[in-house]
Amino acid sequence: MCEAIIRVDSLTAAYDREVVIDDISFVINPGEVFVVLGGSGCGKSTLFKHLIGLYKPVAGTILIEGDDIARAEGDLRLRILRKIGVAYQSGALFGSMTLLQNIRLAMEEFTDLPDEAMTLLARMKLKLVGLGGFENYLPGEISGGMQKRAAIARAMALDPKILFLDEPSAGLDPVTSADLDALIKRLARTLGVTFVVVTHELPSIFAIADRVIMLDKRVKKIVAAGKPADLRDHSEDPRVRQFFNRESSV
Amino acid sequence: MPSSSPSPVLHAGFANGTLTFVVDGPLDSNSTGAAWRQADRALHQNRPDAVVFDATRMTYADGAGVALYVHLRDRLFSDAIPFHARGLAGNFRLLLDEFPPDALEAPWRLRQPPSFFESVGRSTFSVLKDAAAQLAFTGELVVNLCRAMAHPRSVRWGDTWLVVERAGVNAFPIVALIGFLVGLILAFQAAIPMKQFGAELFIADLVGMSVIRELGPLMTAIILAGRSGSAFAAEIGTMSVNEEINALTTLGLPSARFLVVPKVLASLLLTPLLTVFTNLFGLLGGLLVMASLGFSPIAYLNELKVALHFGDIPSGLFKSLVFGLLVAGIGCLRGLQTGNGAAAVGESTTRAVVGGIVLIVLADGLFSITYYYLGI
Ligand SMILES: Nc1ncnc2c1ncn2[C@@H]1O[C@H](COP(=O)(O)OP(=O)(O)O)[C@@H](O)[C@H]1O
Ligand SMILES: [Mg+2]
Repeated sequence: MCEAIIRVDSLTAAYDREVVIDDISFVINPGEVFVVLGGSGCGKSTLFKHLIGLYKPVAGTILIEGDDIARAEGDLRLRILRKIGVAYQSGALFGSMTLLQNIRLAMEEFTDLPDEAMTLLARMKLKLVGLGGFENYLPGEISGGMQKRAAIARAMALDPKILFLDEPSAGLDPVTSADLDALIKRLARTLGVTFVVVTHELPSIFAIADRVIMLDKRVKKIVAAGKPADLRDHSEDPRVRQFFNRESSV
Repeated sequence: MPSSSPSPVLHAGFANGTLTFVVDGPLDSNSTGAAWRQADRALHQNRPDAVVFDATRMTYADGAGVALYVHLRDRLFSDAIPFHARGLAGNFRLLLDEFPPDALEAPWRLRQPPSFFESVGRSTFSVLKDAAAQLAFTGELVVNLCRAMAHPRSVRWGDTWLVVERAGVNAFPIVALIGFLVGLILAFQAAIPMKQFGAELFIADLVGMSVIRELGPLMTAIILAGRSGSAFAAEIGTMSVNEEINALTTLGLPSARFLVVPKVLASLLLTPLLTVFTNLFGLLGGLLVMASLGFSPIAYLNELKVALHFGDIPSGLFKSLVFGLLVAGIGCLRGLQTGNGAAAVGESTTRAVVGGIVLIVLADGLFSITYYYLGI
């Protein structure tokens, strides 16, 4: 495989004094769909917010294509940020703008595309996530699942190399969720986009993940890493077995 | 801000009625802007019979590049001009497959600015509707307050005391400061003409009358509208945006009892109290000016005693009671009327403050007339 697109080295994350993630390292390769999983409260969102540069690590580094996102400033920081697109757990769409305006915002700020081009491009993004026709709706006027998809469309506005999705399928119906998984796969294939996805939906994990890491709340470390099918079939770790077999045990 | 544009990646060549676009390099969100304008210009100038899109030397394309292709294809299709592509890379084709011709349906909802007549009609209607809403809210509030009087144990006193603390106790410094300054300013302004007639002693009458009867209650109420009316609207408005109001309603807990009654009760309690302090500090401001003009505090107090009637104080306090009711009521109402999104909360807050001040001044006018005829 070629050079890693994201490299995390000895990352320790904490709130005040309370360590949530203790000295973990991993790499994410270009073009892969990388899934972070683990039980609730194990620090998935915390890791997520560190990866996208919202929080600064207590120790360790996060390199995005070789640049340290936590310490970059000014132009370099902007350049790193243009490589990533983020869809937050709650959608976080701008409530006073239509979906079209939500997606156009970054284009207006960062490109010199003609007006017509930005509108067409934004409409194509909406079409990609299955929201063709909803251009002029406000976020408050569409359902939660649609808001999530619109948030993904917004994250893709500038065609980032890496898309970060926090629990994209949580709260979606199985059909929509499966559509979303298919979309992620398709985008990874067609655009070569790298996906970093936080989720604990088993069907999603098996549908999309090339590789996963599993965090654990108690030891605050990665307790398993690899292909999801391998972990399910071959892991000896009881925590991993429990996670992957919970469906069958219900 | 557009990032610095690299050298053009699109080259247009025109021969024998065929316009050829050659893409040389990456067609991404940095380079597509220039390419787009260039392509449109070339099409406009040459009026070709056929167009070729040559991507043999295209190194990379993202969504913006695909958008340009879709734009050209659909535009030429509607002009019935043949369009051929050459050398499209595999992943470009894959992405293109997502957008077959006519894939983008027209937006279902058009947002056009309303016509003049429509907006006049809508504004009139919304003013009337708002008046009706205020009336209905007033009715509901009165019923709830009466119920609270009848069953004091149904009132959420914990919330009420919290509001008293935030809107009352914490407002004390600003109320004291404003009161003091108003008294001081009034006395100074009066000192100039009064001096001409050697009537400086009557500054005390003027300060006493205007602060106790008028400015004390008025300033207190305006501060309350700015500090607490806005806070009520923002708090209830945010709850409404987060569906917390809906949650209360479906739990069978009417928002009026939970949110409105504590705030209104607290305001009823604290406005007269705050007004007493505003008055006190206003008189203190007058005292300072009088002292600087050489009058003793005793002379000032004696003059105040002559000037003020016993009825002045309760009539001022009663006014402030009504002001408190209005400010809290309109704050809560605007909060409950909040629409969707963060901007809506801001709008409610503004409407609460403006509405509060307008109502205060209107009520003050009514009081002046009533007191005049009652001879108070
Ligand atoms: N802003 C915060 N301040 C303090 N502690 C936090 C904060 N956010 C999360 N935590 C704590 O960090 C831990 C991990 O949280 P989080 O990353 O949100 O978990 P996950 O997303 O895996 O459910 C939890 O114990 C949580 O209580
Ligand atoms: Mg989380």
